Amino acid sequence: MSFKLRLKSPRWVIYILIFIALLFVPRVLSIHDLMLFQYGLTFAIVALGFNLLLGYTGLLSFGHGAYFAAGAYSVAMIAKYLPEAYSIEILIPSALFFSLILSVIFGFVCVRHTRIFFSILALSLSMLLYALLFKLYHITGGSDGLRVPLPTMLGITFKGMRRPEFLSGTYYYFLLGMFTTSFLVMKGIVSSPFGKALQAIRDNEVRAELIGIRVKRFRFYAFIISGMFTGLGGALWTFVNGHVTADLSHWVFSGEIVYMTLLGGFGTFEGPIIGAMIFTYLKLYAMGNTQYWMFVIGGTLIVLVLLLPNGVAGAFSILWNKIKKKSS
Amino acid sequence: MWIVYTLNGLYFAALLFLISLGLNIILGVMGILNLAHGSLYAIGAFIAAWFIIVIGMKVPQIFLYFILLSGLVLAGIVGFLIEKSLIRFMYKRTLEYQLLLTFGALMLLEDVIKMIWGGQAYYASAPFDLLGKVNLFGNVYPAYFLFVMLITLIAGILIWLFMSKTKLGIMLRAISLDREMATGLGLDIDRLSTFAFVLGAGLAGFAGALVVPTTPALLGFGHEPLILAFIVVVVGGLGSLKGALVGSLIVGFTRSFGIAIFPEIELPLLFLIAGIILVVRPQGLFGR
Repeated sequence: MSFKLRLKSPRWVIYILIFIALLFVPRVLSIHDLMLFQYGLTFAIVALGFNLLLGYTGLLSFGHGAYFAAGAYSVAMIAKYLPEAYSIEILIPSALFFSLILSVIFGFVCVRHTRIFFSILALSLSMLLYALLFKLYHITGGSDGLRVPLPTMLGITFKGMRRPEFLSGTYYYFLLGMFTTSFLVMKGIVSSPFGKALQAIRDNEVRAELIGIRVKRFRFYAFIISGMFTGLGGALWTFVNGHVTADLSHWVFSGEIVYMTLLGGFGTFEGPIIGAMIFTYLKLYAMGNTQYWMFVIGGTLIVLVLLLPNGVAGAFSILWNKIKKKSS
Repeated sequence: MWIVYTLNGLYFAALLFLISLGLNIILGVMGILNLAHGSLYAIGAFIAAWFIIVIGMKVPQIFLYFILLSGLVLAGIVGFLIEKSLIRFMYKRTLEYQLLLTFGALMLLEDVIKMIWGGQAYYASAPFDLLGKVNLFGNVYPAYFLFVMLITLIAGILIWLFMSKTKLGIMLRAISLDREMATGLGLDIDRLSTFAFVLGAGLAGFAGALVVPTTPALLGFGHEPLILAFIVVVVGGLGSLKGALVGSLIVGFTRSFGIAIFPEIELPLLFLIAGIILVVRPQGLFGR
């Protein structure tokens, strides 16, 4: 599709309108809500990456926390051991690099399997990273984790600035830029021949193999791309949160990533983004209002699985089609 | 010293065997990986600890050991309720939804435990202390660990007899071999599935109850055993009972000797061994 055609399609008009609206978000939201919104944006990047594997390739990983932790810890470790290199231009590529390395190693073991076996393996491997991060506490800080200071960006230091100020200023626009880039790159990937091949594998593995798609290799690539997006989300998340702990690699955290993708609906491209946003707010309000937030989250998840299997986005698209049919 | 490590390895393996056996039965018969299995284990531990604390002083000492069965009973009941109310609707759904449902059940159960028993730790070491220690070839060893091994051995033999000799057990194995064919033969899949889930849940709860005299019951009690049980299942092969046995022995001994020799990297070592086994034999040792 050429650029002009794209502009005519209503979907792209909506995307551009949303992007413009996002530019003005810091002026509207309070500092607290803005921080939450930024958590949501980072998780949206994670969910985009995760959905390439779940929605487009049909592999359910219960261990994506590992790549998130890889991104987050590569930032935190550089802050601790290489403070002179602590600027965003170096941090983001190194986070991508380390999550790439990790997903190559883990992916090599995992993609030989599918279905439940794949899920358990991904889960177990992420717990391996968890065990390492937890046990090697003199390097990684163990369960106390590591503190992450404010980074420098293109030579500008933010020394003496408080985190909320940093987040509501430059960093928001940087994060928005990264999100938009991820969105466009992922859109490109899923509509490329490679993305179509992944969907063919998801729908029918045998047939995909027979028409000449190298199933395992393509799964492997999808796994790596997905891991890198997750790592990028992890790195960006670190600056918002200011602190990393080994729990990021725990499988319960990976479960939350699965949850937000399902909440939005993994059958669609935009669903996981919506899911990540809703999940961030849902979790915070549940945690703020009751000590039994797991009960709320778990209960919502069960209701969702039983009643809304296509997620929020799926439900909307069904509703939309019904309205369209009635009006025509 | 080596005798103690070997016995410790057998002890770990015994507990893991009970947990992973339950996980494997559920996986084999229903095709569902139960992420809430660790919570059922924790429920067994809490109820047993609570009973021992509340009524342990008033009954003859021998009854303390029967109290441990309460873990099996309560976890079985909870398993029954979960199966009837939630998992029932999941048989025809895809893997993602089945996993997510049990993940939701895990979160629910964790908080239910918190609501009922609060956040504090429950110490119930009476059954452990009463048995004292025995002298084995010059090494002092807690007799309770031997008791756990004996009980697990009995339980294992019972399950094996049940699975291979009784009609019910053979029906369960038939379902795990070929679900469609079993339906075609007129087996009542729904009731058998419920039974398998209750059996698996009960085994997990029983393992929790057996552990609680040695270590206090805390929140998040079931997380580590669940992960270890996953490793056992992956190494041994999905749905294979023989695999559960061999897998638990491998994991149990690795843990015991790992803690003794390389205490820092005991858990990573375990994953390394599991990883090597999987690269060599992707379907697990006894997988199909």
